[in-house]
Amino acid sequence: MAETARQEFMLGEGGATGGGPQNLHVGVGPAHPAMHGIIRILTELDGEVIVNADVEIGYLHRAFEKDCEQGSWNNAIPYTDRLNYVSPLINNFGYASVVEKLLGIDVTERCKYIRVIMSEISRISDHLTCVGASAMELGAFTVFLYMIKAREFLWELIEDVTGARLTISYGRVGGVKADLPEGFAERTRKAFKDTREVLDEVHRLLTGNRIFMDRMVGVGALSREETIGYAITGPLLRAVGVAYDVRRAQPYDAYDRVEFEIPTRKDGDNYARYLVRMAEMEQSMRIVEQALAAIPGGPINVDFEGRPIDPATYVDQGKQGKTEGLLLLPITLSPNLQGQQRAALDRVNVGDKRVVLPPKETAYGSIEGLMNHFMLIMEGYGIRPPMGEAYFPVEGANGELGFYVVSDGTDRPYRVRCRPPCLPPVAALPRMIAGEMIADLVPTFGSVNMIGGELDR
Amino acid sequence: MEILAELQRRFGDAIVETHDRGDLTAIVARDAILTVLGHCRDDVALAFDVLMDLTAVDYLRYPGREDGPRYEVVYHLYSIAHNHRLRLKVRLDEDDATVPTAVALWPIANWLEREVWDMFGVRFEGHPDPRRLLMYEEFVGHPLRKDYPINRRQPLIGPAS
Repeated sequence: MAETARQEFMLGEGGATGGGPQNLHVGVGPAHPAMHGIIRILTELDGEVIVNADVEIGYLHRAFEKDCEQGSWNNAIPYTDRLNYVSPLINNFGYASVVEKLLGIDVTERCKYIRVIMSEISRISDHLTCVGASAMELGAFTVFLYMIKAREFLWELIEDVTGARLTISYGRVGGVKADLPEGFAERTRKAFKDTREVLDEVHRLLTGNRIFMDRMVGVGALSREETIGYAITGPLLRAVGVAYDVRRAQPYDAYDRVEFEIPTRKDGDNYARYLVRMAEMEQSMRIVEQALAAIPGGPINVDFEGRPIDPATYVDQGKQGKTEGLLLLPITLSPNLQGQQRAALDRVNVGDKRVVLPPKETAYGSIEGLMNHFMLIMEGYGIRPPMGEAYFPVEGANGELGFYVVSDGTDRPYRVRCRPPCLPPVAALPRMIAGEMIADLVPTFGSVNMIGGELDR
Repeated sequence: MEILAELQRRFGDAIVETHDRGDLTAIVARDAILTVLGHCRDDVALAFDVLMDLTAVDYLRYPGREDGPRYEVVYHLYSIAHNHRLRLKVRLDEDDATVPTAVALWPIANWLEREVWDMFGVRFEGHPDPRRLLMYEEFVGHPLRKDYPINRRQPLIGPAS
C-alpha cells in the first residue's frame, strides 16, 4: 500500500496511462463528513468493492504521553480528559487508579461508589453518541437527535457533579475532586427515566427496521479469532460472543458489589455491535441505581451546626493568628466549591496527606494545612510514588483502557502509557471492510467508535 | 507466581529476572523473546491469547540505570480463558535497539510495533510494514526518547523549502 498510496486520484479521475482496467484509489478523509474525528482511509476499489485499504492515523497527535512526563502526577488528570472526550470520567479514574496502585493506597468506600456511578453515566453517554452518530450516517437523523437529547440529560448530571461537561478533570489521585451534590440521586432517577424512554423509541425506530438492518446485518464482521488476535476488547469483542469485561474479570472500585449482565452476541457484525451497545446502556443504568442505593455515607447533607461564618472572616481570623478552635469551626464555602467542604472531602478522599490536598478550610485556617497544601503543590514536592511500575486496566466505553506508569520516585511520572481501547479496532478496520462495498465503510467505521483524542493521543 | 516459576523452569537462563510487585513480570533475554511469547500464547496452561499492549520505556535518565541498557520493550499479555496477566520485558542497548517482531503471533503487534518505532526508534526485525504510526514520514527523531526536548519544533509537512 505504501507504493500505491503515492498514485491516488480524486474520485472520478483515473490513471491516464491506460493499460486496461485498473483499480481506483480513493482516499476517504482526513476531513470527511463520515469520519468523525480526523483519520484517513486509503481504499483501493474494484468498481464499488473495496479490495484493499490502509488507515492513516496521527492527525490528532498532541504528545499526551510526553506531556504527562513534564508535570506532577496530578497534572496529567486534565490531559486524560482529552483522551476519550465522550467519556472522560473513565479516563480520569483509570489514571488515578494506576497511581494509587503504585502508591499502595485504597480509596474510601464512598469514593469507589462515586467512581462507579460516574463511570457508568459516562459509558451510557458514550454509547448514545456512538449509536446515534452511526444511525445518522445511515439516514436516521431522528435517532441522532433523540440520542443527543438523552445524552444531554446525562451531561447535565455530569455538569452537576463536576462543574463541566467535557473537560471535567474530576478524578484525583486518592479520591475525587468533590462529593456528589445535593439531590443528585433524584435527578439521576429522573434523567434515567427520560433516557429509558429515548432508548425505547430508538429500539422501535431501529431494531428491526428494514433499511437499518440491510445496512448493518452481516456488514463489517470480524471472526472471533481475528478479534482476539487484534486485541479488540469491549463491545466489539462481546459482539463475537466473548464475555470479557474488565468490570467482571478483574473487578475494581465497587463493581464486585453490584449485579449486572454482560450482553453478548454471536455474529460479530455491525448489527451485533449495535445490539450489544443498546443492551449495555440498560445494564449501566442498573449499576448506577444499585450503587446509588448502596452508597455509604447516605445522601450528602451538609448541615452546619454551630456558627457558620463566611470564608473571608475565616481567613482574616487565621491571618491574625486567632487560630484557636478555628479548625473545628464549620464555614460556608463559596458555592463553586460545593462538595469540597472538609466533611465532604473526608468522605471521598483517602486520609493520606502525601497524596490528597487538604480541604480549603484547613489550608486557610491552620499552618499545618497550609504546609500540607504547599508540600503537594510546590515543584519538586507533590505526590511521590515509590520507584516502580504498574499497569491498571479499567473498562472504558470502547474496551479495556489500561494505564502503564513508571515512577522514578520523584514528583513527576517517568513514563505514562495509555492503552487506547479504540486503537485495536481501527488497526483491524482494513480487515473488516475488505471485500465490502465502499458505502459499507461508513457504518463499519461508525461501529468501531473511533475517538481521535484517544487513538492519536 | 506459578507462572513465573514455570517460565523459569522451562526457559532457564533466558529469563533474566522475575518479580511480582503488583503485576507478574519477567525480563526475558532478547534472543528468546519470540519463543517465550509463542509459548505463552500456545501453552494450554498459560493461554495468553491477547497481546493487550506493547510499548517501550527509555531508561536514559532513570536513577541508577543511566549506564545500563537504555530501552525496555514491554509486552502486556492477557488470557481470556484463565483471566490472568503477565508482563514481559526485553532490555535493549542503545547501539543495538532491535527486537524480533511479534506480528506472526498477533496481528495487533503490527501497529503497536510501528508506534514504538515511531516514538522510541526501536527497530522490529522482520516487521512487514515499518512505517511511522502517529508522526509523519518527514519527522526527524523519536519524540518519546528522554533526550528529545519537548519544545523542539519541526516543519509540519514536507521538507523545509
